[in-house]
Amino acid sequence: MAILESIFRPYNPSDAERSDRAAADRLRHRQKVRQCIRENIADIVAEEAIIGKDGGRIIKVPIRGIKEYRFIYGENVPGVGQGEGEMEPGQVLRHGSGEAQGQPERAGDRPGVDYYETDVTLDELVEIMFEDLELPDLERRKLRELPAQRVLKRKGYRHAGLRIRLDKRRTVKSKVRRRLAAQRRAAMTRGERFPFHEDDLTYRHMEPDLKQESNAVVFCMMDTSGSMDTMKKYLARSFFFLLFQFVRAKYRNVELVFIAHHTEAQEVTEEEFFHKGESGGTFISSAYQKALEIVQERYHPSLWNIYAFHCSDGDNFDADNATALKLAEELCQVSNLFGYGEIKPLGSRYYESSMLQLFRRIEADNFHTVLIERKEDVWPSFKAFLARDRVRE
Amino acid sequence: MQTYDLAQLIEWDQRIREKVAEFGLDCFPQEFEICDHNQMLGYMAYAGMPSHYPHWSYGKAYEKLKTLYDHGVSGLPYEMVINSNPALAYLMRDNTLSLQILTIAHVYAHNDFFKNNFTFQTTRPEFVIGAMKSHGQRVRSYIESPSIGIDRVERVLDAAHALSLQCRRNLALRKLSVEEQRQRKLEDAQPREDPFARVHKRQQSETPDLHKVPLEPEEDLLLFLRDHNPFLDEWERDLLTIVHEEAQYFVPQIETKIMNEGWATFWHKRILESLNLPQDLHLEFLVRHNQVVRPIAGSLNPYHIGWKIWEDIYRRYEEPDVEEEDQLESGVRSGFDKIFSVRAADRDASFLRRHLTERLVRELNLFEYRVRGGDWVVTEVADQEGWRKIKETLIRSVGMNTVPVIKVEDADFGHHRTLLLVHEHDGRDLHLEYAEKTLAYVYQLWGRDVALQTVVNGRKVLLQFGDRGFTTRQLTR
Repeated sequence: MAILESIFRPYNPSDAERSDRAAADRLRHRQKVRQCIRENIADIVAEEAIIGKDGGRIIKVPIRGIKEYRFIYGENVPGVGQGEGEMEPGQVLRHGSGEAQGQPERAGDRPGVDYYETDVTLDELVEIMFEDLELPDLERRKLRELPAQRVLKRKGYRHAGLRIRLDKRRTVKSKVRRRLAAQRRAAMTRGERFPFHEDDLTYRHMEPDLKQESNAVVFCMMDTSGSMDTMKKYLARSFFFLLFQFVRAKYRNVELVFIAHHTEAQEVTEEEFFHKGESGGTFISSAYQKALEIVQERYHPSLWNIYAFHCSDGDNFDADNATALKLAEELCQVSNLFGYGEIKPLGSRYYESSMLQLFRRIEADNFHTVLIERKEDVWPSFKAFLARDRVRE
Repeated sequence: MQTYDLAQLIEWDQRIREKVAEFGLDCFPQEFEICDHNQMLGYMAYAGMPSHYPHWSYGKAYEKLKTLYDHGVSGLPYEMVINSNPALAYLMRDNTLSLQILTIAHVYAHNDFFKNNFTFQTTRPEFVIGAMKSHGQRVRSYIESPSIGIDRVERVLDAAHALSLQCRRNLALRKLSVEEQRQRKLEDAQPREDPFARVHKRQQSETPDLHKVPLEPEEDLLLFLRDHNPFLDEWERDLLTIVHEEAQYFVPQIETKIMNEGWATFWHKRILESLNLPQDLHLEFLVRHNQVVRPIAGSLNPYHIGWKIWEDIYRRYEEPDVEEEDQLESGVRSGFDKIFSVRAADRDASFLRRHLTERLVRELNLFEYRVRGGDWVVTEVADQEGWRKIKETLIRSVGMNTVPVIKVEDADFGHHRTLLLVHEHDGRDLHLEYAEKTLAYVYQLWGRDVALQTVVNGRKVLLQFGDRGFTTRQLTR
């Protein structure tokens, strides 16, 4: 037999640093994951209870398209494992819920059973969701800017400046320093007068701070009456959550106004809007009234782009319908887009009254309604609203 | 912290090689490369190949490994050996000296196995590094070519990867050429020779259909698609070839996982015990060895199973008990003699069939389980009746037996160039979602309708994939 030879190649740190050859494939894989999330976004938005969660929070997103398919055996295939201690036929190793009793992680060697889940932060998800969505109308109008607010802001010190901004403390300190230096050099004798020099004078420097303020406002109006059961509230909140995330992700300077209403409307905070439950009857007009009031007070239509969205189950008191219609028309006049989403979980539209009929009378072309029947509808209807805005121009 | 220097490794390697020669292991020349854990992750993701073509699935593999590693779910292997000539092995830099010694011994046994086991005889280890490199270059050139680009290359690779293991399993059997298949068909069609031809009625001989494609059911799915779809571009054919060749290269490793790991474990133990290690190194070696062969409850540890079987074979030929004595193969002089011949002539399935005894099934505490309604239920335990079933199930879940046998039956099914595949059903149904998605890949590469005949819940079913998407049809008969 030939003598066995061997070679050792020592570790080379610089090689190791250069040798991350999986980098490109990893990148490609990430791109695919992202794409996959984008394709399944409607399901993810529908499935995940993502509402009201913080941006940094990690959510698990099941990925379907990224599996590597092969011909494999299905579930009726038995496997073999190694046991610990006594085992009996019929003993359950692991329940379907996935709660292992310290038993098989993956028993046997079944190839390709490829359960895949990826973690993304909510912010990332939102970013992916809205990658190809825009509120183009907002952009095209270039948002009439409010007169920029001039605020003066302290910014460092200068040796020249307005007398009034002279910083006396620093000026004196500077003189003291100079005198000590002079004494050390013995250039002067004690008691001699030591005047201020021009270099000692220190002025506070101010710079004007330009504060950009765009003038678009989004009104989120939600029915919180007793007829809005958990499911309906969930759908409405999902919708507004998307809207809220969208506006926040795309337009930093857009203002949001949250209005919750039953028989009367209230302006609420974001926190309250997404988390608080209410009950009572429904006067839809109250919300529109409130919105109009707020517009009057703070967002004059000649200065502001106004977007209003309202979600309700449409179960309004009949007596209120006329007022609601009138106010809705008014709201259409002041706003760029007014969207009404009616939440009717499957089936309920056959026995509950609906505002959709009534609102059909509104002729304004910036008014748009959608029907949300189940959670899968949230995303498409959201897109429909935005698309509507785009078509109109 | 590194507790040794290279000179020490080389010195120990020298002593190990002496032992390797003494024991009669027969190895390729060996190259060791010291790497850090990041490099190791990289090598693992690419099945150890120093150069490999790019594909996102390797990025996925890397991420998975890294996540598991970072969260401490799984450690990294101590080594990785490539079946090449010279054999290439990676050693983890951060391992202790004792672990390195164990690993080096382990590597030589793998090396010997690659060189001598019959399944590896077709892998051409002297060319593999170069071949992988050339594959990588070709794939990259297609990706970079402005007329092809990454998206199209990926589409073909995705499909090819899905089908790569639908290939021949026993590569030691030569594949017949079309001409030989035709010859065989003609011969088969000849009437049998009949000594009483005079008194018998004349036999009818049927003319065989020599125009059928394929003549005999074809197992190499990718090659068949490559050769029989005229609308594939040259670069697409090349990609199919590349993926096929690589799969063929890895089939022997899939087929001998338990044997190979068991063999290496058997020998690293023997070699290290013969080295007269200083006490501290020896103690650590014992701890490490026990970690390697620790049974994983509920799962299978190929190191443990393989090692136990090898030890048992060796023991039976060295010191058999009364019952075993009669069953020994005659003419075998020693335990070593026996295991060397087994290492050359078996693969996991035959290894288990021949050498996994009732006693071992009990000793290893093997059991069979099934998934029922989402629960994992023990169905057989190692008792007098159960052990045979467990053994059968185990044999079916090793090596290529985990991959359904699917052959091309007809390229002109129903006379409209539908590709008919037949699944050789052995009691195990296909995973239908996966079958549907994979069939879509066959459709993509074939360019026309495809159909797969299989059995679902005891009924013969034809799964079809075509322009109108996926359909299933019950077959009567």
